Amino acid sequence: MDVQTWTYLLVGLTFALYIGIAIWARAGSTGEFYVAGGGVPALANGMATAADWMSAASFISMAGIISFTGYDGSVYLMGWTGGYVLLALLLAPYLRKFGKFTVPDFVGDRYYSKTARLVALICAIFISFTYVCGQMRGVGVVFSRFLSVEIELGVIIGMTIVFFYAVLGGMKGITYTQVAQYCVLIFAFMVPAIFISLMMTGNPIPQIGFGSEVTGEGVFLLDKLDGLSQELGFAPYTDGSKGMVDIFFITMALMVGTAGLPHVIIRFYTVKKVSAARVSAFWALLFIAILYTTAPAVAVFARTNLLENVPNKPYAEAPAWIKSWEDAGLIAWLDKNDDGKIQYAPGKVFEGNPSFDEKKRGENGERLITNTPTEGPNELYVDRDIMVLANPEIANLPNWVVALVAAGGLAAALSTAAGLLLVISTSVAHDLVKKTFAPGIDEKKELLIARCAAGFAVVIAGYFGINPPGFVAEVVAFAFGLAASSFFPVIILGIFSTRMNREGAISGMITGIVFTTAYIVYFKFINPGANSVENWWFGISPEGIGTLGMLINFAVAFLVSGFTKSPPQDVVDMVESIREPEAEGEELAVSDH
Amino acid sequence: MADDQTASNRAYWRANLKWVGILMTIWFIVSYGCGILFVKQLNAIEMGGFKLGFWFAQQGSIYVFVILIAIYVKVMNGLDKKYGAKKS
Repeated sequence: MDVQTWTYLLVGLTFALYIGIAIWARAGSTGEFYVAGGGVPALANGMATAADWMSAASFISMAGIISFTGYDGSVYLMGWTGGYVLLALLLAPYLRKFGKFTVPDFVGDRYYSKTARLVALICAIFISFTYVCGQMRGVGVVFSRFLSVEIELGVIIGMTIVFFYAVLGGMKGITYTQVAQYCVLIFAFMVPAIFISLMMTGNPIPQIGFGSEVTGEGVFLLDKLDGLSQELGFAPYTDGSKGMVDIFFITMALMVGTAGLPHVIIRFYTVKKVSAARVSAFWALLFIAILYTTAPAVAVFARTNLLENVPNKPYAEAPAWIKSWEDAGLIAWLDKNDDGKIQYAPGKVFEGNPSFDEKKRGENGERLITNTPTEGPNELYVDRDIMVLANPEIANLPNWVVALVAAGGLAAALSTAAGLLLVISTSVAHDLVKKTFAPGIDEKKELLIARCAAGFAVVIAGYFGINPPGFVAEVVAFAFGLAASSFFPVIILGIFSTRMNREGAISGMITGIVFTTAYIVYFKFINPGANSVENWWFGISPEGIGTLGMLINFAVAFLVSGFTKSPPQDVVDMVESIREPEAEGEELAVSDH
Repeated sequence: MADDQTASNRAYWRANLKWVGILMTIWFIVSYGCGILFVKQLNAIEMGGFKLGFWFAQQGSIYVFVILIAIYVKVMNGLDKKYGAKKS
């Protein structure tokens, strides 16, 4: 069977599975809709959390980014897993003990303030939307390449599926679907990695394979890759090229930012006990670590294959995957020196994203590009997002493996999108409508509003998936910076300081957000020309500035709270109570006041 | 009785903070220490085909993170048992 038939088959089967689970586990009450009634086993919750956490970015993009940046890509590996440690040790158990539905709930109650709740709410919705749009684009990429349907149709199919099980099943449906999605995505990620590791190094474990010798060459794979990179004028793969300060700050911003992501925090409300929240955090990180330690190996394999097989070869003899991804618009070649060969070197090929001349082809059969070329010698444009998806083809693996990766990519994108949609609908129905505008509504009405909000969010996210704003990458940096500089400090202080009060928290959050936003907006939107290391403060790029925003938030919060009234006694009592040990046999009810 | 309970809760919280402090220190050392600040020095050491600093940044730190949470779960379950409030 060919790749396309296999893909239809596997994607169809997995989609049928997800829908079946959603029907089986549909929600009947707001408690089940928001937090699955608080009754999901720790192991299942761990898997679901892992699927929730690992988005299309982790599955599709991360190994690709590492592949192109080498050591610099470590910021994502350490940032996204290290943030998880912060979450498990500093946030999750206490928020579970607190026992309400959402982060804005905690912020609102702990700081006895509607303003604080509203600020947290707006941040939660903004961060979630940014993320959902990214997932929808991932869905679109997979569909357009593997099922040769238009991106529009692909996104609509993805939207329909998510809509169906998020709106019908709520958290309960999503959780059990995510368990299935985790199994699909990890299988899909590991199978090609193991195959390729075995082919290149003779070792079936990719984590060890990429530190082994290349089969039959007697040289370590990483040393070979460093050599290949330098021959073509790139920095050695294992050294990278970013400044140490910047690496430090970006890693910290990613760690703190992910720890503050609302769709992951909410997962800890779905288990019955605080001890179960801790155990499920362990399972989740273990499941995440399987993919995260494999990704750097995949990155090395893919990079070595690319550098060995493509540069300085005639286009006419280029491997088939180059041409199929060129047809999908994610690889482009511009023969600057008219020698018919592909030159690959550092630097851009042309300005902006490729736009193709649809009418005619070049003399070597390549797609012609209408962008303005740069002066540099580089002729090959490769979209970083394709490395994981193209890897099985690059290594000539059987067709079913290629199809499996497509199904895995979809599982990763859909599971995260569903979790985020739930946060958006919960935020709107619970935090905004019920807690702020119409406290009197009954549960049935609240559930209806939650479902409408989820439906509405799917449609907007779908729109942005079809018409991705040109600034998606910029906005993602924004989401992490914002989570780091807003949520994280107020939650930490809310738990670990009984003295922190409303005035301190609100002024801290606002200065943190305003500072971070101003820095990012200046360098990304107002004056992108100045976005380089000479102009950055202390050498910190906009991606890492959330860390400084967070420090400012902490400082301002302490300063202001020192000069204002202590929080009222009932709030102090609440903080004391979430620090207490859990009584034996105690099961926390998920209370809705 | 109530005072005993408060004192016991305080002790529980202090033990909790101590363990979180220890674990977060290790967290900082493996990621920011080995993976970033001292990566150049560690890269001089080779372990199989890996430079050690590079290995910590892309593999080692993640393994340590998993172990840290495992220890945390174990320690906290023990503390819960030791200081756990009797159901009233």
